Amino acid sequence: MMRYLVKRLLYAVPILLGVNLLTFALFFVVNTPDDMARLQLGTKRVTPEAIARWKAEHGYDEPLFYNPKAAGVDKITDTLFARKSAAMFVFDFGRSDDGRDIGREIRTRMWPSLAIAVPVFVIGLAANISFALLMIFFRGTYLDWAGLALCILLMSISGLFYIIAGQFFIAKLWHLLPISGYSGGIHALRFILLPVLVSLAAGLGSGARWYRTLFQEEVGKDYVRTARAKGLSEVRVLFGHVLRNGLIPILTGAVAVLPLLFLGSLLTESFFGIPGLGSYTVDAIRAQDFAVVRAMVFLGSLLYIVGLMLTDISYALADPRVRLG
Amino acid sequence: MPMLRHLALACLALALGACGKIWNDPYPASQARANVLYSAFSERPKHLDPARAYSSNETEIIGQIYEPPLQYSFLKRPYTLEPLTAQSLPRVRYYDKAGRELPADAPIGQIAESVYDITLKPGIYYQPHPAFAVDAHGRPRYLHLGAAGMAGRDSLADFHHSGTRELTTADYVYEIKRLADPAVASPIYSLMAQYILGLRRLGAQLEQARKNDPHGFIDLDRYALPGAQVTGRYSYRITLKGKYPQFLYWLAMPFFAPVPRVVDEFYRQSGMAQRNLSLDTQPVGTGAFMLTVNEPNRRMVLMRNPDFHAEFYPRHGMPGDVARGLLRDAGKRLPLLDGAVYSLEKENIPYWNKFLQGYYDVSGLSSDSFDQAVRFGGAGQAELAPAMRARGMQLITAVAPSIWYLGFNMQDPVVGGLDAKHRDLRQAISIALDYEQFIDIFLNGRGVPGQGPLPPGIYGYAPNAYDPWVYERRDGRIERRPLAYARALLARAGYPGGRNALSGQPLVLYFDTMASGPDARARLEWYRKQFARLGIQLVVRATDYNRFQDKMRRGNDQIFEWGWNADYPDPENFFFLLYGPNGKVKDGGENAANYANPEFDRLFEQMRYMDDGPARLALIDRMNAIVERDAPWVFAYYPKAFTLIQPWVYNVKPNFMANNTLKYRRIDPALRARLRAAWNHPVLWPLGALAAGLVLAVLPAWRAWRRRERQAAR
Repeated sequence: MMRYLVKRLLYAVPILLGVNLLTFALFFVVNTPDDMARLQLGTKRVTPEAIARWKAEHGYDEPLFYNPKAAGVDKITDTLFARKSAAMFVFDFGRSDDGRDIGREIRTRMWPSLAIAVPVFVIGLAANISFALLMIFFRGTYLDWAGLALCILLMSISGLFYIIAGQFFIAKLWHLLPISGYSGGIHALRFILLPVLVSLAAGLGSGARWYRTLFQEEVGKDYVRTARAKGLSEVRVLFGHVLRNGLIPILTGAVAVLPLLFLGSLLTESFFGIPGLGSYTVDAIRAQDFAVVRAMVFLGSLLYIVGLMLTDISYALADPRVRLG
Repeated sequence: MPMLRHLALACLALALGACGKIWNDPYPASQARANVLYSAFSERPKHLDPARAYSSNETEIIGQIYEPPLQYSFLKRPYTLEPLTAQSLPRVRYYDKAGRELPADAPIGQIAESVYDITLKPGIYYQPHPAFAVDAHGRPRYLHLGAAGMAGRDSLADFHHSGTRELTTADYVYEIKRLADPAVASPIYSLMAQYILGLRRLGAQLEQARKNDPHGFIDLDRYALPGAQVTGRYSYRITLKGKYPQFLYWLAMPFFAPVPRVVDEFYRQSGMAQRNLSLDTQPVGTGAFMLTVNEPNRRMVLMRNPDFHAEFYPRHGMPGDVARGLLRDAGKRLPLLDGAVYSLEKENIPYWNKFLQGYYDVSGLSSDSFDQAVRFGGAGQAELAPAMRARGMQLITAVAPSIWYLGFNMQDPVVGGLDAKHRDLRQAISIALDYEQFIDIFLNGRGVPGQGPLPPGIYGYAPNAYDPWVYERRDGRIERRPLAYARALLARAGYPGGRNALSGQPLVLYFDTMASGPDARARLEWYRKQFARLGIQLVVRATDYNRFQDKMRRGNDQIFEWGWNADYPDPENFFFLLYGPNGKVKDGGENAANYANPEFDRLFEQMRYMDDGPARLALIDRMNAIVERDAPWVFAYYPKAFTLIQPWVYNVKPNFMANNTLKYRRIDPALRARLRAAWNHPVLWPLGALAAGLVLAVLPAWRAWRRRERQAAR
């Protein structure tokens, strides 16, 4: 397995380099350093001199990919791309255009994101699987149909509606929790409860319906019939056998998203005032802050690669027939 | 099971919340009766460095922290400058090329230099800060720290010693030099380099110096700047090239606030930037408040500066201020608050709902909440909705010294040009665009139709004047000219019925805009319909910010939307937007319409240097008349700000020029705590209903399960 992991890690380097190159090219096709300067300097009294000074101060006064004025290998290394990309591989993300240290921002913002995302992931997974197994348990009865109808209803409602309805009823009308905000430590619980509840409700329909489909397929297999024939209770059949054998597709979906939990949710964080990573990239794109966009795309790609590796490892752990190599 | 987990979590939260009387209070219970104002910001301030901050959300914070030598009077109108840290308003002296002093009314051509001597009030001290901390030998404790010295220091709180020191004139001079530092990238450097003697040369020197050390500390005291010099313990001198009377207004902005050299050196140490410690994030001033928490992703907290100098609430205001309760605190020592907490609130809905719950003290009005808060009386005046009035809230409205306009690119062959034909076309469009309707539909009445380039609050604005080319007096009322008149003008311009008289082709005009989204679509459709009333086809070219700016810079636009907020209450700050040598295409200036009328330019050059008085007013009237006739802009509207304040907030008077008004604000924390409790009783029946619902849902399932488990094999 170790050999496999090292191989995958080495594969990651050209992938990350490619992603970085693509991000760089796409960003500068849409925005020129002049555009970036103009946006950063505001709408008033932006003179060509001010733009030139801003570019020089932020290192955007160099050629993008090729520097004809430099000599030898410097023609490639003395460019915006080389200078801004090299440091990323040692996780030095540099500073955003407003002067803040990006690495520090990420480290600060990821905790509030995780405070929402982890409970939503864990409780959501448990809730969705339990609900799906319940529907399977009562399959073919009115309870199964009612559950299915509820899932479809929950799926049909926009995520924004859950947020607004949650804030309206729980926070505004019934005054049970704060509408928005965040606090550190144990006090964070009061602020994350509502977004967690809302996110769970928003994800329950699609999640439970997906797992129900998986279990539906499993429950018709021979080993289930054998288990029943042995006289096992239905609960043991479902939780002890069906769930275990249905783990592979569950792991495919769940483990791959695990590292991406760091990146947070844009809508939830925006409405609930959670100072997480959810809006960091979007805000940076709006502000044409290339340094942040590049860092977040890099981090996203890296986490995605890690997620895929974790999925592979979990396959091997869940299914003894799977061998990595 | 999952629902039971939800319920358990909700109960846990409620149990935690029940520690206080109110469950939904987003602030710690210990602050329930604090003399602290609660407000919000929707966009994080990018810069807090006084040499760099220019946006209103930035100056709203640093205006409370930094003290330039002058400020605007809180109550007096029209906007009036008064000394802040200066002993008096500086008297300007003029000199000719030979260095001889000239009389105040000397012709502009003779004036080579203007000299401003500023004398500070003694005994003004900075807020406590580690940069001022000294050791037993009186040396700065936290300079030259190096990597070892920075270890374990992550925020300013990790510097256990702090100190203060008296404000010196060198701090003001140092800040003026910072305007030229490329590492600071001040937005006003180019403008000030035109006026402050030697600033451009200093900028060039610093550019060279920064090539070796892009972000490190450069001791600006070692660089001479003839335009800013310390002349005594409490006095300094600013020397400008030529005459620039508007410079006094700049002395009321944070750009000219003091920055001590030791603070700059402290923040420029290696390792500080990596910890987000810089003048851009942790300001240091002499103002009434100091920034104690800067988490722009969440909140910013200002607390009272314990070393703030003696400043008192004004004793005199305008007629009506007494009746409005604005002089109840006359003579009291400032600030009246202990602090202010600004929370990040990106979305309007939670912001508004929290205001209704009493968790924000002041709120603007978005379109979403407008109908809930405001209704219009019989005479068309805005009033608070009964539900808001019942809560004791107050509505304060004021027209901002800003203008939104629809500009014509005067270099465009179809809509540009100063000849009568093109003027007629622009005037016809100006009449056809019914901005009274626009304000009703899209702004909920929050605007005043524009009558010229100068909005209310700017010297030279005449409240009863109107644009005679667009409006006329009918039955004693000023009304928009009829559409038939506009059509006649259009025919005279060569487009009868909106078609070219020679070719018969329809007149197609192009509107460049950055507006997008559903709201913008309705607005752009309105524009199409307004042009269609004249038979003109309007093609909307929506684009992004970059492309729009690019088009404007290259002059590839025809009609565009633009706006301007006053920097200072002088007509020069608006007329310069129409000054020919300031054209966007030719000179990269702020004249986005590229309007160039030699007569207007000549009058502008006279007017900008004149002192206020009847002669200047006459010149302003003439300039207004020229612009109204040439119509390079459709003067769309002057925006009107609507502010809602809670019943416990006092001393709110809109002041669009001053950015340091927090020190005058007062609240009644006891009333706030009482009303918050009354408005936020937790409603518990939904929890009971939820529990009952769960039982009702689970019970039949449980029974069915039991039945199945007991069922014999068939």
